[in-house]
Amino acid sequence: MTTSVPMIRQTAGAGAARAAARRRGLTGGANRRPGWVTYLFLGVALAVAAYPIYYAVLLASSDAITIAQNPIPSLLPEGNLFGNIGRVLTADIQFWPALINSIIVSTLTALSVVVFSTLAGFSFAKLRFRGRGPLLVFVIATMAVPTQLGIVPLFIVMSKLDLTGKLAAVIIPGMVTAFGVFWMTQYLEEALPYELIEAARVDGCSMIRTFWHVALPAARPAAAMLALFTFVGSWTNFFWPFIVLGSGNPTLPVALQLLQATYFKDYSLIMAGVVVSTIPLVLVFIVAGRQLVTGIMQGAVKG
Amino acid sequence: MSVISPPKPSRAPEAAQPRRVGFSQRLGRWDVKLSPYLYVSPFFLLFAVTGLFPLVYTAYVSVHEWHLIGGQGDFVGFQNFVDVVQQPRFLTALRNTFSIFLLSSVPQVILAIVIAAVLDANLRAKTFWRMGVLLPYVVAPVAVSLIFSKLFADQSGMINALLGTVGVDAIRWHADPFASHFAIATMVNFRWTGYNALIFLAAMQAVPRDLYEAAVIDGATRLRQFFSITVPMLRPTIIFIVITATIGGLQIFDEPRMFDQLGQGGSDRQWMTVTMYLYELGWGAQKSFGRAAAVAWILFLIIVLIGLLNFAITRRISSTGSTQKPKRGSR
Repeated sequence: MTTSVPMIRQTAGAGAARAAARRRGLTGGANRRPGWVTYLFLGVALAVAAYPIYYAVLLASSDAITIAQNPIPSLLPEGNLFGNIGRVLTADIQFWPALINSIIVSTLTALSVVVFSTLAGFSFAKLRFRGRGPLLVFVIATMAVPTQLGIVPLFIVMSKLDLTGKLAAVIIPGMVTAFGVFWMTQYLEEALPYELIEAARVDGCSMIRTFWHVALPAARPAAAMLALFTFVGSWTNFFWPFIVLGSGNPTLPVALQLLQATYFKDYSLIMAGVVVSTIPLVLVFIVAGRQLVTGIMQGAVKG
Repeated sequence: MSVISPPKPSRAPEAAQPRRVGFSQRLGRWDVKLSPYLYVSPFFLLFAVTGLFPLVYTAYVSVHEWHLIGGQGDFVGFQNFVDVVQQPRFLTALRNTFSIFLLSSVPQVILAIVIAAVLDANLRAKTFWRMGVLLPYVVAPVAVSLIFSKLFADQSGMINALLGTVGVDAIRWHADPFASHFAIATMVNFRWTGYNALIFLAAMQAVPRDLYEAAVIDGATRLRQFFSITVPMLRPTIIFIVITATIGGLQIFDEPRMFDQLGQGGSDRQWMTVTMYLYELGWGAQKSFGRAAAVAWILFLIIVLIGLLNFAITRRISSTGSTQKPKRGSR
């Protein structure tokens, strides 16, 4: 549980060279670097990971007739990409409202998860109170509860509150997650020294000011990763928005479903929808993919 | 942390002064005592309202006649459960769910470990390769399903066309149950294999390197090292991934829902999963929340049962190995 920091040091810190040299000598056999077979394997893996996305771009830049006649698309995109995207934007699926809804839902969910998880993580990691241990175990245990199966009553509750079809119905259930609380607890346990908290307290900070001025700044790297993962999760979420929002006030995945149901014969249009709805996350990936990788690997060692 | 109370001034004879100090002192103590609970309360409140309550209330709904619009009806005991279990569609859905789950989880774990082992080598451009395998993760399941349902199209699909060039007959991906399960499992594998590979990679890097040194001295080959050191040391991670895959995989909805434009799981419901069946009962033609809730509870019990089974099996396996336990017990 305390192994994450040594792990990071191993790849980036002072002992990295020694560790790497040792590893090279062992897993690399006689060669210092792995041979071309390794790179070939990785190249194939990368192609498998990337081709379906490229395939969507290829189809989105084509037209329905060409797609029907050529099951195997050409290697390079054709010229209709922007035309097809334009058709998606004006199609009868409320693309713009869906995009705005997705941005609102994902952003608010990510912000809220970060704030509440950091608050709870600060409390679990650094404050002493009765029941702390059992409560934390409870939080972890809830991760194994398939809450998606409670959708029937959740839907009943949302319709009683007159929230069906409204974004609040999607945002509220995701406002704080067990994973987030656990993640921030783990991080703050190591990243936030008691001395800092005590110094703030001696200076007369209330608890909430201590949180705001000491814990939150210390939590920033982990909070950014948590925000990323929550954003991606929220952006790609389909089941619950599909049920509670419906086609009247969709998020992007719901709009995509609508696009498929309405225009299922025109794959250039459907794939253009796939492309535009995926672009924002690909941008996130280009900017912050490194953080996603680090986040998954850190979480793995801790979890 | 220790309770730090404000510095105590020497008590003045005036009446007002000590009262103010006493008040702020009490406030400070309340702050210290209550804040921890206040800060963790949002999670527990939200879990109670949107997680626990709905799950428990599902049991209540499941023993009643309950209509999507009409609302609560008569108490019917276990009639909903009986109705559901007697439906051939329910058994089909159960079969499909398990079939898709096995086809997606088993190859995925194996492939992820292999990819992780390759990524663990002393590569050039490490971050590039790691990011590369993670790329599919940012594509929404709905979008993945749209892409792959076209790749796996029965007519004019790319995969059938490629099979045709090597002389294999076209496979009816949208008609044959097993073929459709394979296609849907491929979507799941596409999105999650790289993600899980990174988790395995992190676990591999945490394996003490002197174990390998000892193995080299003992004359173990690299393959032997992999199976005798790496895989046993990965056991806690494998357990973790299998359990999360079980919880998520048995509730699968997005990919099969989008596998064709009708979203019913095929003409014979050959790829309809349990969650899709739940949706069909509650929000489809029947609009029977009672039956949908019954299905939810059955699936819940199945997931819990398999979770316990997983736990028991892995407990037994890992007690024979020299692995440390994950997660539990360190605090």
